[in-house]
Amino acid sequence: MLAKRIIPCLDVTDGRVVKGVNFLELRDAGDPVEIAKRYDDQGADELTFLDITASSDNRGLILHIIEQVASQVFIPLTVGGGVRGVEDVRRLLNAGADKVSINTTAVLNPQMVADAAQRFGSQCIVVAIDAKKVDNQPFEWEVFTHGGRKATGLDAVKWAQHMASLGAGELLITSMDRDGTKIGFNNPLNKAISDAVEVPIIASGGVGNLQHLVDGVKLGGADAVLAASIFHYGEYTVKQAKQYMAQQGIEVRL
Amino acid sequence: MKNTDIAVVDYGMGNLRSVAKALEHVAPGKSVVISSNPDEIASANRVVFPGQGAMPDCMRELDARGLRAAVLDAASNKPFLGICIGLQMLFEHSEEGDAAGLGLFKGQVVRFATADMHDRHGEKLKVPHMGWNQVYQSRDQGLASHALWQGIEDGARFYYVHSYYVQPEELSLVAGYSEYPNSFTSAIAKNNLFAVQFHPEKSASAGLQMLSNFVNWLP
Repeated sequence: MLAKRIIPCLDVTDGRVVKGVNFLELRDAGDPVEIAKRYDDQGADELTFLDITASSDNRGLILHIIEQVASQVFIPLTVGGGVRGVEDVRRLLNAGADKVSINTTAVLNPQMVADAAQRFGSQCIVVAIDAKKVDNQPFEWEVFTHGGRKATGLDAVKWAQHMASLGAGELLITSMDRDGTKIGFNNPLNKAISDAVEVPIIASGGVGNLQHLVDGVKLGGADAVLAASIFHYGEYTVKQAKQYMAQQGIEVRL
Repeated sequence: MKNTDIAVVDYGMGNLRSVAKALEHVAPGKSVVISSNPDEIASANRVVFPGQGAMPDCMRELDARGLRAAVLDAASNKPFLGICIGLQMLFEHSEEGDAAGLGLFKGQVVRFATADMHDRHGEKLKVPHMGWNQVYQSRDQGLASHALWQGIEDGARFYYVHSYYVQPEELSLVAGYSEYPNSFTSAIAKNNLFAVQFHPEKSASAGLQMLSNFVNWLP
């Protein structure tokens, strides 16, 4: 049976893997290859690198990290953040990324998702959707861009269907209400999207403990769960997370 | 001039660096080249035939580069490993874009039924089939398993990402299968040829073991 995936997410800025609290006090988390290897050894099913570099001048620096990691760690690697066009996708794939995640650009220029899927295949195109619960719209969850600052007027569930129809092979759903809160995923949002599309979804935003990962799968219908801080600060290893999920009857790769 | 040890066939579809890097990792002393040159492929000792994207595009690009004969020749004459679309292209026909394949083997490439696929917990199954699934090895009359399964546990998980799978007419080709939710062929073997639907280059230790078995395989 297909296993549910656990995906640690690593932040990269100016070519360094960093960790910090709410983007403040970012400090080096260590050598990217060593971090990636550690997660691989613990049984991570994939790794996601998120480029949070502010300046576009330094955004290309992530390529070196991906090259290094891809020559040593043989599990799928996803890279997101600052992907503006088909050319960015090509450069990341050539550096060794297996999938590229597209967020703000998908809203500004949906055709780019279709073009990238057409050229490189849906298997490597992830569309990241940042959604927030709203009460000023005829729908429940709205898509936001620019790190959750800009409302788009788009219904997150309909947007997810549209992105899948344009060729996204997977959707990464981040609840902006939950991100950083450690109170758990927004399971009703994830479930609504998971039921509405045929492609796999990754739940993100809000994980504070291992039960949240279980709930993400059982209540939220997620095919994969993404988490950052619970793994970075050594609260739990990926292996502990998987053992807990297995005890709760979830199929995982142990 | 010394022959290339391992040629990875490049027909311009997708990223072959992952495959080449994983081969270099398991065979540090061997030369690995990513090649779209028919002569280089013809002279290599071993050939890996990967593939990403849609099969009609893959077939078109393969022919545009004049690589069909070199691939068919390698598939019949030297250790040959097909991966993902590189497995699918060996068959006669794919539902994906109603495309003709290389026709080395009789059979069809078909899509997972999208509606009403559920696992045994009643959960909806997604397409593409993406992630780590168990691969069960076919055993020869209950005796030995294929050389490429050596050191790999029966039922080990490999990483998949695909929406189509092969249905060989000759059942003796089947070297491995997975379930989603029904059984489908995930590995085939015949003489010097082995081909898999999953991605050994992305399947952590089980995948590296398979690639290591391939580079040392003497069929």
